[in-house]
Amino acid sequence: MTFRVGDQVRVSYRSHDGHHRTPGYLKGMRGTVLRVHATFTDPETRAYGESGLPERRLYLVDFAAREVWYPNAVDGRIFADVFEHWLEEAS
Amino acid sequence: MSHDHDHITHADEPTVAGRVGALAELLVEKGVLDQETIRARIDWLVSRTPADGARLVARAWLDDAFRQRLLDDARSAALEVGIDPGPSPVVVALENTETAHHVVVCTLCSCYPRSLLGPPPDWYKSLAYRDRAVSDPRGVLAEFGLTLGDDVEVRVVDSTADVRYLVVPQRPPGTDGLDEEALAALVTRDSMIGVARPLAPA
Repeated sequence: MTFRVGDQVRVSYRSHDGHHRTPGYLKGMRGTVLRVHATFTDPETRAYGESGLPERRLYLVDFAAREVWYPNAVDGRIFADVFEHWLEEAS
Repeated sequence: MSHDHDHITHADEPTVAGRVGALAELLVEKGVLDQETIRARIDWLVSRTPADGARLVARAWLDDAFRQRLLDDARSAALEVGIDPGPSPVVVALENTETAHHVVVCTLCSCYPRSLLGPPPDWYKSLAYRDRAVSDPRGVLAEFGLTLGDDVEVRVVDSTADVRYLVVPQRPPGTDGLDEEALAALVTRDSMIGVARPLAPA
């Protein structure tokens, strides 16, 4: 599904066998869509010599550092680029 | 910050340079790349310096309409003033303010706006920076000599994919009347990664 700026999302908590661009420390974390960038070829297949098609939409997602690093007390925000197929709707 | 501890090598393994050389040789042999393409790409990479990024920042400080265009679409803004924004189709400029400070990292590898800043410093590629910039940003910034007030929100930008990020630092005080060239001379590489403030005017 496609998301819009301001949407609440959650990064899929799943493992992936092979190259992917979703940082492990953000898996399962909830955030807010900050920017909808564009579509790009998929690094998960491109990394293995394939075309990377279909292109995947990339989002800049805003996370609260205190939630990401809980119980460590880290303040501020983490903005990270996450591909659409790694994002789920968060209620 | 030391930048040697991420090279975990064993005695019987070739060096990184050795492996890259062997890979390049194979790619040429198999016809994937030719020597000329590799040479041209290296020439382009080493020709880039932080001067282009600095010019964008200085212009944004002087021209509010340009600043807005830079923040809206940094790639178009760079092209507008004849600066090569690089191969990435999306370049994002993030502005530091009195209440928000951005710092860029790539936790997965070393994604970096090479076209605007030149080759990344070794510490940017180190495991220590990539790990701690997201988990202890204030601590890392303090090690770079940058202490931010509690009222300043630290925003760590993890550049994980195809988009490249440029930090637009705050214009230093005492720079009224300086022209674009004089202002650009104050804008360091590190201030555009977000680990330092621009230089103070002489």
